[in-house]
Amino acid sequence: MKLTCLSQGKGFYFPPSHVLDICGFKILIDCPIDLSTLTIFSPVPFDYNQCVEAQISSDGDSPNSSSGSFKRRRVEKYLEVSDLVCAEPWYKTALNWKLTDVSLIDVVLISSPMAMLGLPFLTRIKEASAKIYATEAAAKLGCLMMEDLVSMHAEYRQYYGPAESGVPHWMEELEALSPVLREIVLGKENTNLGHWQSMYSGCQRVHEENSDTEGAIYLSSSSFVSAHAMDFDYHSLQGNDVIIFSDFSYLHGGKVERKSVGHGSLDLSCSAYNEREAQMVPLVDSDEGSEEVDKLAFISSCIVNTVEQGGSAMIPIGQLGVILLLVEQISLSLEALNLKIPIYMISSVAEETLAFTSIIPEWVSKQRQHKLFSGEALFGHIDLVKEKKLHLFSGIWSSEFVTAWQEPCIVFSPHWSLRLGPVIHLLRRWHEDPRSLLVLEGGVDAELALLPFKPVAMKVLQCSFLSGIRVNKIQPLLENLQPKLVLFPKDLESLLASENMNSTPLLYYCENETLRVPRLSDYYEADMETDLAFQLKPKRMRERDAAMARLRGKLEIICGKYFLVSTNSSPDASQNQLLHWGSIDPDLLLAALKRKGIEGYLRKDTEIAEENYLVQVEQPAKAVIDISRTRTVISMTDNTLVANILQAIESVVDSI
Amino acid sequence: MAIDCLVLGAGQEVGKSCVVVSIGGKRIMFDCGMHMGYHDHRRYPDFSLISQSGDFTSAITCIIITHFHLDHVGALPYFTEVCGYNGPIYMTYPTKALAPFMLEDYRKVMVDRRGEQELFTSDDIMECMKKVIPVDLKQTVKVDSELQIRAYYAGHVLGAAMFYAKVGESAMVYTGDYNMTPDRHLGAAQIDRLQLDLLITESTYATTVRDSKYAREREFIKAVHKCVAGGGKVLIPTFALGRAQELCIILDDYWERMNLKVPIYFSAGLTIQANVYYKMLIGWTSQKIKSTYATRNAFDFKHVCSFDRSLINAPGPCVLFATPGMISGGFSLEVFKHWAPSEMNLVTLPGYCVAGTVGHKLMSGKPTRIDIDKGTKIDVRCQIHQLSFSPHTDGRGIMDLVRFLSPKHVILVHGEKPKMALLKGKIHSELGIKCYDPANNETVQVPSTQTLKVNVTKPFVKKQFSEISTHTNGKLECKSTEAWDEKKILSLLQIRDERVAEAILLMEKSKKARVMKEDELLPNLGLKEHKIELGYCFPISVQISSTRFQSNASDTTSWLHELFLKVTIEDEFNSVQEYSDHLKIGSFHACLCPKERCPLRNDELKEGKPAIYVCCTWSLNDEKLAQRVIAFMKGLELGIS
Ligand SMILES: [Zn+2]
Ligand SMILES: [Zn+2]
Ligand SMILES: [Zn+2]
Repeated sequence: MKLTCLSQGKGFYFPPSHVLDICGFKILIDCPIDLSTLTIFSPVPFDYNQCVEAQISSDGDSPNSSSGSFKRRRVEKYLEVSDLVCAEPWYKTALNWKLTDVSLIDVVLISSPMAMLGLPFLTRIKEASAKIYATEAAAKLGCLMMEDLVSMHAEYRQYYGPAESGVPHWMEELEALSPVLREIVLGKENTNLGHWQSMYSGCQRVHEENSDTEGAIYLSSSSFVSAHAMDFDYHSLQGNDVIIFSDFSYLHGGKVERKSVGHGSLDLSCSAYNEREAQMVPLVDSDEGSEEVDKLAFISSCIVNTVEQGGSAMIPIGQLGVILLLVEQISLSLEALNLKIPIYMISSVAEETLAFTSIIPEWVSKQRQHKLFSGEALFGHIDLVKEKKLHLFSGIWSSEFVTAWQEPCIVFSPHWSLRLGPVIHLLRRWHEDPRSLLVLEGGVDAELALLPFKPVAMKVLQCSFLSGIRVNKIQPLLENLQPKLVLFPKDLESLLASENMNSTPLLYYCENETLRVPRLSDYYEADMETDLAFQLKPKRMRERDAAMARLRGKLEIICGKYFLVSTNSSPDASQNQLLHWGSIDPDLLLAALKRKGIEGYLRKDTEIAEENYLVQVEQPAKAVIDISRTRTVISMTDNTLVANILQAIESVVDSI
Repeated sequence: MAIDCLVLGAGQEVGKSCVVVSIGGKRIMFDCGMHMGYHDHRRYPDFSLISQSGDFTSAITCIIITHFHLDHVGALPYFTEVCGYNGPIYMTYPTKALAPFMLEDYRKVMVDRRGEQELFTSDDIMECMKKVIPVDLKQTVKVDSELQIRAYYAGHVLGAAMFYAKVGESAMVYTGDYNMTPDRHLGAAQIDRLQLDLLITESTYATTVRDSKYAREREFIKAVHKCVAGGGKVLIPTFALGRAQELCIILDDYWERMNLKVPIYFSAGLTIQANVYYKMLIGWTSQKIKSTYATRNAFDFKHVCSFDRSLINAPGPCVLFATPGMISGGFSLEVFKHWAPSEMNLVTLPGYCVAGTVGHKLMSGKPTRIDIDKGTKIDVRCQIHQLSFSPHTDGRGIMDLVRFLSPKHVILVHGEKPKMALLKGKIHSELGIKCYDPANNETVQVPSTQTLKVNVTKPFVKKQFSEISTHTNGKLECKSTEAWDEKKILSLLQIRDERVAEAILLMEKSKKARVMKEDELLPNLGLKEHKIELGYCFPISVQISSTRFQSNASDTTSWLHELFLKVTIEDEFNSVQEYSDHLKIGSFHACLCPKERCPLRNDELKEGKPAIYVCCTWSLNDEKLAQRVIAFMKGLELGIS
């Protein structure tokens, strides 16, 4: 098995991506887009930048000609708005499309909605034939996110006109970019643009992909679950923590080979694979759970303070779980203060996303599941919408929106990169209002993100949410799972040093390197039917504590597991040759012959080599047994005598 | 080891489903239902057969409930809260959410209306449900280190599941009630092709084969529409959940399309509250209904309002859904008493009513008068419509499932004795699978698969499957192990072949037993083979010409070559191979004897006649071949030109 780490990811929005090669099966684990790289682009409309606007108008409608503005090589220390790329954005994925032959990928496993945003890039390649597996909930939420991404991107298309064909001009003139932006584009060491893709036209194909393989989705998740050996209880891990192990042992016919990939908490800017409840709503009963609750309470109080003082709050957070909890928390606080401030949720998929969250009770935390069992809605937003406290809009251009709009207000709207979606328009409205508040997530380069909106007078609150496993939880987790081997990111090696990790063998992997995972065993595990076991006639070895038996059966593979079962067919008579080994002691043989009534003596002969012997048999008939270290030849004589001699030999040498 | 099935309920009957299965040292109770037709001790399974001492928690590993129908869950609060079972209970999310409804509705009917002593309280229901661990479909749950269970979609009602249970290599499926064809709001049952020792399946419609259900739905709509159009009242007795929602989707949809204004009522037991659950659990319905979640949830019924007792005798047509189903008492019976005497009205009944209920009486013949109890008789003049669509699979569906899973044994439960007997015969004769239909309180024992864990070597697996892969492709290529394509093999989920695997099992102290090819054994043990052979050295006459004498130097090779030429023209020996100093056929090895006094020689050369000695050895396998070759060679005379 080989593991190639395509990307270690950057937290919640850009989960790690790996390729596993198991006996020639290539499995791509997660296919995310690094949306943080969108910050190199200038948001549209760009009308507040007089300079560029003038250029666009003077050069006509072609955006290509505006490239003249950044042709000179930049050396300045501080970025300016005009440094941003004025073009329809391209998207950076974990996969290097120039180096990867996607037709070789057999299977794609998707662990969370975020991890599938890059799938349309894959499926639009004709040769790609991989089957894609995701849980139903992840697939649905992921598709909604893609739809939203496409619709937000459309604003760029409207502005810049039809897409340029081929490589966009800014990619050809990378040296014209400021070093900061160039590093975002190329990465620290990477020197090519293979990770970049132009936007997909829609996620129609992904939709199809999902419906096509729906049966298979279930099937696969079931085999994975069954292979997981889930003798560990997710809930004992205090729920919201993301579990990170994947077990492909079923492909090996039961060979146990578990591995963990990509641990780390958000603070370490390393996230992990989401499993089950991880993606939805953090739990409350653990220590970090309560920390998260405190955090949300604090954010909520900041927001409420803002609106109390007449400002508006803009929350472009993308984590659905956080949004749902914040909405509930804020509305409670507003109610307590008797404030009638509207909460808006603006996104092309807001309504459908919220509707979907209320029909997946299996995927929410235990606390939320209690709501199902007591007949309440899973989340507060259903009632809030009914009570007209929460308003859902698909965009800011509808007349309903204009009619409903009132300030101050609280707005949840994409996109956290501040380069897509309604957030751009609202920031332009509020950026100079010192009473207003912008809530950003940790991990976002606020300086760069806010560059186009300068000067910024509004308050900015930046906070990070837990979205991975904490280092101190790794050891208990591994203790629970008892894996035979753990694969761990190399650059996080030092973090483990403080933990007591002596019990588990570790291998370290690096980004863009292929790690060969050693076979843990030269054998496959098989199940032997008892029927067959009872047919065996074991024989002990003379000089070792071992026994062996000839086995006649059938070898079958059922669901990737080997079975040895009995057969009715009778053995082939010609195949009765025994296998012998070791050497024959001539004295023992003479004694054995005597017991059979065969008289003989050792004959010395000049023609015989030193270590060889000749046994001359005289009674009941003449025969010679020529014994060397690795071979014994019996001279042809009558059949009974040969049979008796053979029996005597069998009794002094190991055979099977 | 064997699997023991103690059938505590639904043995040759429908009602109080409960089977206790002992498998691989674990004991699982599948379903814990009650019987609607009885009001005495027979309504519950006889739990005393599980444990004499009454310590059910240690006697049973876990309880699995397949769906929320009372004949599957009705005795659960009694078993946990009154009998004291305190171990784990598993059911799907919808079943956990909806079962309390059914139980509470039933308890009310039992106590409030029928005035019986209650067997469990509302609190008992709540306490019982707290112990339930909800499971998702296809989620493998480890009950303990050895027992795994997994739920599969069963159709039938919202949240109904078949359950797979596995201990070691022993595995079984208990279906509960299921439907093999999709209906208005639910999909069809779905299951993986599992390796099973035992399948326990329902057999409600063991011998029925049904056609399209849409025609039958139309019949139902037509009957209801005709009644309300004539100003009549329609009584649809149902249980709180399941059929009520299914029929309501059909009617609500029809009302919408036909723009009907006649009211559709839900009686108190069928609170709109149930629909809140249905809306949240829409993910468990059919694909079509599921897709309505974002626009208008299909369980947001437009035309339904709640019913008030005072409306019973209100004038004008209406449709009323009332609990309990089968008119087994309670409100549906009360309404029935008022509406049955008018020929304008209509009562719909499900395809199956438990014996002892009013519904059952109405279905047997066409009674004009029904005895409710000693004092009460009702004249029945209303129309009776029997729903001919059912959430149960028909006989063909059962056969399809059994054929698909091909278990080693089948046990039939949840059906009627004579029909079950017919189906049993059919499963045995058509599918060749052993089938049983035990009565209540009987135990069926079936043998189970048991295996030993061994390691097999890679070359052994390679050898087996290289032959198969070339074989299955029908190619006549050489069976090269290089051609063995691991990827191809693994992509075949299931490989079965009649080819016999010959191997050696090696058991060493403190090591797992290993299965290997014969030729792997000695290298593995670090040992050398010791060959045991037979040998014979004999003369062949030769004619020595004068020319031959002169070329004496090469006589060994030339005699051997001449021998080869003589042997190889014989059909029997044409596989002979010539080497520089010997000839070989199989293990038979012949060379010109270099020795003066060969120990393998016992025939002495006839005096004076020129001859050469041929020294042969062979393995015991080739004894017969050797005899024939030697006889042939002995008859030769070499050197004749
Ligand atoms: Zn049922
Ligand atoms: Zn039933
Ligand atoms: Zn010889």
